[in-house]
Amino acid sequence: MSFFARFAQNRGALVGLFILIAIIGMALLAPLLYPESPWRMVQRPFLAPMEVEGFWLGTDTMGRDVAAGLMHGAWVSLLIGLVSTTVALLIGVPLGAVAGYYGGLVDDGLMRFTEFFQTIPNFALAIVLVAIMQPSVVSIVLAIAIVSWPPVARLVRAEFMSLRHREYVEAARLVGQTHGTIILRQILPNTLSPIIVLASLMVATAILLESALSFLGLGDPNVMSWGYMIGAARTVIRQAWWLSFFPGVAILLTVLALNLVGEGLDDALNPKLARERS
Amino acid sequence: MLYARLIVMRLLKAVVVLFLIVILNFVLIQLAPGDPAAIMAGEAGATDEEFLRQLRERFGLDQPLYVQLWRYVSGIAMLDFGWSYRQGMPVLDLILARLPATLLLTGTAFVLSLALGILAGSMAAARVKKPSGSLIMALALIFYATPLFWVALMAVVLFSVYLDWLPAYGMYTVGAGHTGLALVLDIAKHLVLPATTLALFFMAIYTRMTRASMLEASQQDYVKTARAKGLAPRVIQRRHILRNALLPIITLAGLQAGQMVGGAILTETVFAWPGIGRLMFEALQQRDYNLLLGIFFFSAALVIVFNIITDLVYRLADPRIKGAS
Repeated sequence: MSFFARFAQNRGALVGLFILIAIIGMALLAPLLYPESPWRMVQRPFLAPMEVEGFWLGTDTMGRDVAAGLMHGAWVSLLIGLVSTTVALLIGVPLGAVAGYYGGLVDDGLMRFTEFFQTIPNFALAIVLVAIMQPSVVSIVLAIAIVSWPPVARLVRAEFMSLRHREYVEAARLVGQTHGTIILRQILPNTLSPIIVLASLMVATAILLESALSFLGLGDPNVMSWGYMIGAARTVIRQAWWLSFFPGVAILLTVLALNLVGEGLDDALNPKLARERS
Repeated sequence: MLYARLIVMRLLKAVVVLFLIVILNFVLIQLAPGDPAAIMAGEAGATDEEFLRQLRERFGLDQPLYVQLWRYVSGIAMLDFGWSYRQGMPVLDLILARLPATLLLTGTAFVLSLALGILAGSMAAARVKKPSGSLIMALALIFYATPLFWVALMAVVLFSVYLDWLPAYGMYTVGAGHTGLALVLDIAKHLVLPATTLALFFMAIYTRMTRASMLEASQQDYVKTARAKGLAPRVIQRRHILRNALLPIITLAGLQAGQMVGGAILTETVFAWPGIGRLMFEALQQRDYNLLLGIFFFSAALVIVFNIITDLVYRLADPRIKGAS
């Protein structure tokens, strides 16, 4: 069975992929459909959805178009989710690889370090980091990466520990390959599938974290994000529930889609496990 | 005796972790752009030169870094978390005043999510490959993917604004002057919405964990033996599978404690629940960094205490594990 056929066997994964493509489409079309800044006031404030033609999701407290904010927000959420996950992988994969490959004292030290970061309440740490570095896309990405790399390190370490005494690794050692080559060329490629699955779930968590930070007012003041829209509408929830409702649905769908795709990837990359589970 | 030694070991480890967090706080203050004195003053005193000079002197900001670090660490060792210039109170007093509300909220949500999560998870495990089992898992996935603060806001709209069943803000009715049982009931009524929304996310996690853990336990030999003996499936499910599946759930529940703190920050913000989460939001809005770092330290300490408790519970529940691991 091909990779995609195995992926498609999981119905949920297909639904997730479909939603995800739609949201990527929203992000790509945003500059075309709403070329002007989503921060611009375009109508009178507090328009209900469908009240005025052309503003089908209504306007917010400042008369900004909610639909425009949603489309531009898609771009920000996906971007921050992807970049922060990449940064977390760049921290977690090398740490886990080194700890798992060398073992012993190196492993002990690195795992204590990882444990320390796992003990700290991660959302509280992200808040403190963004608040002190001042809110911006860069500080948000860094904060999310810093709180989400430990699971990567643990996963990669476990994989390396189980692979480092395999015959092909011993053979590579015998022909005189350096440690660096063995780590990068022999073992790492064999750990990719669980890393890919974990990464897709991490993008989802990163999007949730970003929205929560923006909700608390720690978003980049120059970019429109879903979390910001909900946070800004929080105080007028009694008069205008839709201002918070639509961005929340957008976050929910994106995170749900990424989780479904992650499960599908897991099935497709680890066919044996998938059969055992169902 | 073994437990006594274990507790001492865990406490020592906790002290090391807390010490590292204090150092992390110190590094963060140093890394922050601008004058550390202005940061400690929460930018409030930035205009007042005399005040900043006093701060620099008090914290020895004109001294070398290691002297500053020593002063900072020894201050916190004596429970001196500094002064919140915005609120005009010592940081420690502010946090201690808000701590009980947070413990009430997170404690209720923890018990609620664990009980409902285990119930839903074991129902789903008993109904594998049936539509009802899939439905439970689909709901769990949706709750897992929903932003907590959004659920909280929607709960306010539905249950408080439209249906008018439950109060949406605060911990008790202001000015009602309830005492005794009336006060308890009043607080309980205010607790329903925040505790339920906070619990939903964690319930989703425990449901998934319980189901996975039970499916794994059902593959074990002792389950086959029980089946071969002809025990009723219900009895096997409850006595043989669930009991063994609960152990990993205790461990994982302990690891979720940090997440619970994060959830409390968001729910308390939405529901104006007067705990340390709401205090953190207020500190953020007022750029009261001293208070912010104090709350950060306290939330980490809470998580460590909770981890030690779950660790001990785990060892009591499973006597096979001995000594420190």
